Amino acid sequence: MAGSNPNAKPMNLTLNVWRQPNRDAQGQIVEYKVKDISPDMSFLEMLDVLNEDLLHQGQDPVAFDHDCREGICGSCDLFINGRSHGPEKGTTTCQLHMRKFSDGDTITIEPWRAHAFPVNKDLSVDRSAFDRIIQAGGYVNVNTGGAPDGNEIPIPKDIADRAFEAATCIGCGACVAACKNASAMLFVSAKVSQLALLPQGQVERKTRVENMVAQMDIEGFGACTNIGSCAAECPVGISLENIAMLNREFLAAKATSNNLA
Amino acid sequence: MFPDSKIPEGSIAEKWDKHKFNVKLVNPANKRKYDIIVVGTGLAGGAAAASLAELGYNVKAFTYHDSPRRAHSIAAQGGINAAKNYQNDGDSVYRLFYDTVKGGDYRAREANVYRLAQVSVNIIDQCVAQGVPFAREYGGLLANRSFGGAQVSRTFYARGQTGQQLLLGAYSALSRQISYGKVKMYTRSELLDVVVIDGQARGIVTRNLVNGKIESHTAHAVVLATGGYGNVFYLSTNAKYCNVTAAWRAHKKGAYFANPCFTQIHPTCIPVSGDYQSKLTLMSESLRNDGRVWVPKTVEMAERLRKGEIHVNDIKEEERDYFLERKYPAFGNLVPRDVASRNAKQMCDEGRGVGSSGLAVYLDFADVIKRIGEEAVSQKYGNLFDMYAKITDENPYKQPMRIYPAVHYTMGGLWVDYNLQTTIPGLYATGECNFSDHGANRLGASALMQGLADGYFVIPYTIGDYLAKTPAKLEDSNKVAINAQHPAFVAAEQEVRDRTAKFLAMRGNRTPDEFHKALGHIMWEYCGMARNAKGLTFAKAEIQKLRREFWQDLKLVGSGEEMNQALEKAGRVADFLELGELMVDDALNRNESCGGHFREEYQDEKGEAQRDDENYAYVAAWEFMGDNQPERLNKEPLVFENVKLSKRSYE
Ligand SMILES: Cc1cc2nc3c(=O)[nH]c(=O)nc-3n(C[C@H](O)[C@H](O)[C@H](O)COP(=O)(O)OP(=O)(O)OC[C@H]3O[C@@H](n4cnc5c(N)ncnc54)[C@H](O)[C@@H]3O)c2cc1C
Ligand code: SF4
Ligand code: FES
Repeated sequence: MAGSNPNAKPMNLTLNVWRQPNRDAQGQIVEYKVKDISPDMSFLEMLDVLNEDLLHQGQDPVAFDHDCREGICGSCDLFINGRSHGPEKGTTTCQLHMRKFSDGDTITIEPWRAHAFPVNKDLSVDRSAFDRIIQAGGYVNVNTGGAPDGNEIPIPKDIADRAFEAATCIGCGACVAACKNASAMLFVSAKVSQLALLPQGQVERKTRVENMVAQMDIEGFGACTNIGSCAAECPVGISLENIAMLNREFLAAKATSNNLA
Repeated sequence: MFPDSKIPEGSIAEKWDKHKFNVKLVNPANKRKYDIIVVGTGLAGGAAAASLAELGYNVKAFTYHDSPRRAHSIAAQGGINAAKNYQNDGDSVYRLFYDTVKGGDYRAREANVYRLAQVSVNIIDQCVAQGVPFAREYGGLLANRSFGGAQVSRTFYARGQTGQQLLLGAYSALSRQISYGKVKMYTRSELLDVVVIDGQARGIVTRNLVNGKIESHTAHAVVLATGGYGNVFYLSTNAKYCNVTAAWRAHKKGAYFANPCFTQIHPTCIPVSGDYQSKLTLMSESLRNDGRVWVPKTVEMAERLRKGEIHVNDIKEEERDYFLERKYPAFGNLVPRDVASRNAKQMCDEGRGVGSSGLAVYLDFADVIKRIGEEAVSQKYGNLFDMYAKITDENPYKQPMRIYPAVHYTMGGLWVDYNLQTTIPGLYATGECNFSDHGANRLGASALMQGLADGYFVIPYTIGDYLAKTPAKLEDSNKVAINAQHPAFVAAEQEVRDRTAKFLAMRGNRTPDEFHKALGHIMWEYCGMARNAKGLTFAKAEIQKLRREFWQDLKLVGSGEEMNQALEKAGRVADFLELGELMVDDALNRNESCGGHFREEYQDEKGEAQRDDENYAYVAAWEFMGDNQPERLNKEPLVFENVKLSKRSYE
């Protein structure tokens, strides 16, 4: 069946892929060739082709994380030619299409590199540090049941929209991989901003930011030196304004700490 | 005798309240003596795990994802229904109930649906309290839109990412309970078996997907919230990992599987572009509020389009057939999904399909762009338009989208009673993995509602009733302690190991993906949008043949003691190969057309579905009788006391 672009010519590519059997093993780049790649394929469909080839040859397919393949679950996480999620701005790896590459290209594919994201195998990394940061305070303390009617908490549209923008972070970790310090500031700031903007988040506003930042440090993420590579590579456009907001929130919280412990 | 569906007595409006009063309660101080396993952390499982932990139970939650935040629920786009009547447009609990029963083509249980409509209003309140950033009006109040099949605006949304925002809400509640130590979270852990002792569910066996370790976990009750099985078709809008394994393992341990052939085919998806295609992408139903569906009036013109001789924008207004508006003037482009899908297929079958394959129709936004401008359209649908452009390399602001139906949702699933308990005592099923609320067709924005209703507001009550009657001390009828050393767990672990070894030992020639694609092809051709007895009979034999080949010719490498994604896939495909046959059996058994199940033999002169209420107003609940044995059909009659059965007409 022809693709959406009948003039698109199939491509042959060289792939340099990071292979590492498990967390404790040494890893290395291994070269593979793939043939007849349609420009309409997604990047992960191209890797599917490689993996089917490898399996047929009796070789171990390349492990990588993915699921929704529509840019929303945050599973996919490849470092392609030195960039988080590859060359296209505002795009997750699964939404990157091969039409962004040319016949004969060599593509280097590595996992996220960060102390806090150890490699499970090949291109799959462990991002549970992000979950632990959320567990440290990225929520509103409400139990199920007994919530007031939804319309009893009116929220100005522009505030709701800004909170929504911050809440669209998919937790992929591209910001960490893009940062030379492997800082998680953009990820943390997105959640802090969302809840600091909304009336529901006010009660725990100070403790939340302190606890989340403390957990971020415990996990071994680096410091933020305001370079901005994180926001430049974020696939959903989480903006640096969130980091500015996080810094303000953090200073204000420290000045009048509610954390009695 | 069919197992009791436990529908409470009383008028429909009183049933749930009465039931809540009548169920047994577990004393607050005793709750911490009970362990509950929740498998799945999507909307249904995440909400259940958090809510049960809040009540004081010890919860162990499992997901095969690397984080609970990644469940497939995250991908839901359009919205969530609730009978709030904020728009003053005539909505009510009763209307939502009525619409859902009718939309499901009268194949759902009235009492369950009514309860769903009742608790829908609490869901919105709960989510707002968690900080879910729903869309708002300028005055600060919650915004609504109307969604396929409904004539009132009752859908709450967060741009085109409603599922994401709701799931992150449930995830935050779950994270909070993890931080309190009330939920122990097991990520990258896949359920491979359910353990039943003395007829009661007592735990599960899992495989750690990073190091391959097989583990036993015991509990007083097990809740499955493991999602739908649409991926039996290989290509669907579901995430790649979605699978039936958890439900199927439970089925083989005694849980009935209900209405497996009820599959929803969603009308608006991006068409297939090539053989390498790994999944299909949904373009939210909300687009049908403003987009107009059409094909060229003549086959000749469609042919010229397919060959690229003319451009879609060259086709004049009078040469276009807005077939949904023409055939269904009252509902127009907003007819329910099954109706819209079937009509699109019909147009393509007539030779009027577009795109290079001819398997597509247009969804056109030119009118709305003219009316409110590009900027306003982008405000509403920006992320969907961007996604479309990325995948197809075409600009939907400048030319119509090409869309085609794709498998999207499975109404069938594990049979549950009113308490959401399966036919195995102590085993519950919630969310898409049960069969309960949508009959033969699900209305848009109702799956999110059901998942959260089950998780936040139903299971916390109904599971207490069971636990209150269950001793806290975990032991079997011979007073043997139930733990990982119990013979039933030892045997289950061994079975899982043997199965893994069997997969790996074949060293055949075909990969799990190749078998999956072959199965998907059979299912789509013969058990897809239109079915008939001849095709289904053929499909049954084909699936059996494919299954035999699978167990002889599977190709894998490596071992089970490491991360091995092809091995994971093999296990899921093995279960799909069994489920597929049951779906075909179910479709063959149901000699009528209803909702998403369209049997070509049963249609009227206009091509509309013909239901047979006299003979098929029942839930088909299948009972596993042993490997390669025909399953036994059990029928739960559906009694309609509040909604009059009538022909579902949208004209
Ligand atoms: C693209 C798309 C858009 C949609 N849009 C809408 C919409 O706008 N409105 C609406 O109402 N509905 C929508 N739906 C449907 C809706 O999203 C789903 O029906 C619903 O989210 C299912 O939720 P769930 O909690 O039952 O399952 P899921 O979210 O699928 O979660 C399943 C969970 O179970 C886990 N799991 C499964 N098997 C195992 C196993 N063996 N071992 C361990 N863990 C396991 C998974 O890891 C996951 O955590 C959409 C669906 C799709 C595909
Ligand atoms: S901030 Fe952006 S890059 Fe970082 S995790 Fe969130 S979505 Fe990914
Ligand atoms: S696979 Fe889900 S975001 Fe890429």
